[in-house]
Amino acid sequence: MSLRIVVCVKYVPDATGDRHFAEDLTVDRDDVDGLLSELDEYAVEQALQIKEAADGDAEITVLTVGPEDANDALRKALSMGADKGVHVEDDDLHGTDALGTSLVLAKAIEKTGYDLVVCGMASTDGTMGVLPALLAERLGVPQVTQLSEVSVEGGTVKGRRDGDTATEQLEASLPAVVSVTDQSGEARYPSFKGIMAAKKKPVESLDLDDLDIEADEVGLAGAWTKVDEAAERPARTAGTIVKDEGEGGKQLAEFLAGQKFI
Amino acid sequence: MAEVLVYVDHVDGAVRKPTLELLTLARRIGEPVAVHLGPGADTAAATLAEHGAVKVLTADAPEFADYLVAPKVDALQAAYEAVSPAAVLLPSSTEGKEIGARLAVRIGSGIITDAVDLEAGDEGPVATQSVFAASYTTKSRITKGTPVITVKPNSAAPEAAPAAGTVEQLAVTVAETSKGTKVVSRTPRESTGRPELTEAAIVVSGGRGVNGAENFPVIEALADSLGAAVGASRAAVDAGWYPHTNQVGQTGKSVSPQLYIAAGISGAIQHRAGMQTSKTIVAINKDAEAPIFDLVDYGVVGDLFEVVPALTDEVKSRKG
Repeated sequence: MSLRIVVCVKYVPDATGDRHFAEDLTVDRDDVDGLLSELDEYAVEQALQIKEAADGDAEITVLTVGPEDANDALRKALSMGADKGVHVEDDDLHGTDALGTSLVLAKAIEKTGYDLVVCGMASTDGTMGVLPALLAERLGVPQVTQLSEVSVEGGTVKGRRDGDTATEQLEASLPAVVSVTDQSGEARYPSFKGIMAAKKKPVESLDLDDLDIEADEVGLAGAWTKVDEAAERPARTAGTIVKDEGEGGKQLAEFLAGQKFI
Repeated sequence: MAEVLVYVDHVDGAVRKPTLELLTLARRIGEPVAVHLGPGADTAAATLAEHGAVKVLTADAPEFADYLVAPKVDALQAAYEAVSPAAVLLPSSTEGKEIGARLAVRIGSGIITDAVDLEAGDEGPVATQSVFAASYTTKSRITKGTPVITVKPNSAAPEAAPAAGTVEQLAVTVAETSKGTKVVSRTPRESTGRPELTEAAIVVSGGRGVNGAENFPVIEALADSLGAAVGASRAAVDAGWYPHTNQVGQTGKSVSPQLYIAAGISGAIQHRAGMQTSKTIVAINKDAEAPIFDLVDYGVVGDLFEVVPALTDEVKSRKG
């Protein structure tokens, strides 16, 4: 039977733009362009490579939770080569935190059906890096996370995790949740053919009712965490900048000594 | 006074500095109870007691090493049930965040990651975070369940506060479902003898301007003269000049040292995201227009191959 792969992707505000909080202290999505989180492109890429290694005997579904615009993230993934999309969209989702998002994703993944869930190592906006672990816990399946190499063979997923103190080789039986790092391999660019084909690929739209989730379990009101204050960090005051005319190293040493670093 | 669980990060009982910082922060919200999993609890207990742990709950089982993360979640959950704490604190390491996340789901609690400060509030602990590439500072709290909070290294100075540190065995049953991810092999990273990047008080990083792996010793020599850790920008890592484990930035490590020296790094947003909260920032770059100069306390516009060795010599001679 063919391998069912679900890739979780997130539509995020462009990190090179001027990101802000809205009045309700959620992320302001109007002020800055959104795009598919760069770190999720690695997840799509690895899913495509797993499918290729299985001689195409796999189906890749890309899944996102987010407002209407999040469809752009799905289209990007579809144009890279994913087969179909699932978009969970509901006004009541506004302000959902990581725990709530993991609940929605887990329900959507179960509804879609899966053997393997592939995530990026973290989103480029929240950068928490906890979602794959949250999903594994909710789905009750192994987590094989933070992988720089991943492969699937005969119902087993294997990977390499470069941790803080050691490199580990990991192994788990499917179904499982994996996450991949930016060391897993450069993501491919969509081809013109891929972009054209993506327009015809199916995207299923789901709301909270479809997933049997009550409105008060998610959203800002249902969040497990609350942001009370968000203050823009004052710009750093202009420092001293000198041009090296032979004495730059010495001048810098003088500064460091003045700050008691030497 | 309410008890606060502190997850201990250690290597065979040698407690790592971020855990001592956690104990210091935990004392602001209650009485720290340390949870030490794996070997070396007797060695660790003295250090933990010295930094305020009233109790050390300990468990050792082969499953902690043989399987990824989940058995440790079982153990932390057992500690949670034994203590009924006011909060659970963990270091913001990859593993600390994953353990915290899974525990949060199990106990129906919210989770805050990467706190840079923590204080007691009327409605529970208040965590300060630095977000959007450190352009915003937020204060957040957990509204459901027992707060689970992971804290970044260098968020507090460890303070000694001698406490009993009574060692108690924790009964842990590792669930069959927690044995899903086998650790087939583990290769410890070779020690460079330098401080760990995320914990270091001083970090010296090299970027595209270093122009080759063969030139990184210039950066290393400055780091060694200052007792610093070595970092690298993504450009340098992607070019294969330095290991990914040393990458500073959004997709690498986030650092917040007392002093950050960026050599040959232009300062792309992704890099700034990983170092902008450093207390003092210094840059050396040929390009006077490099965005990194917007952040610096002191900048030298010049050739790093001139400036860095001169600085290294100067540091060495001043230190005698």
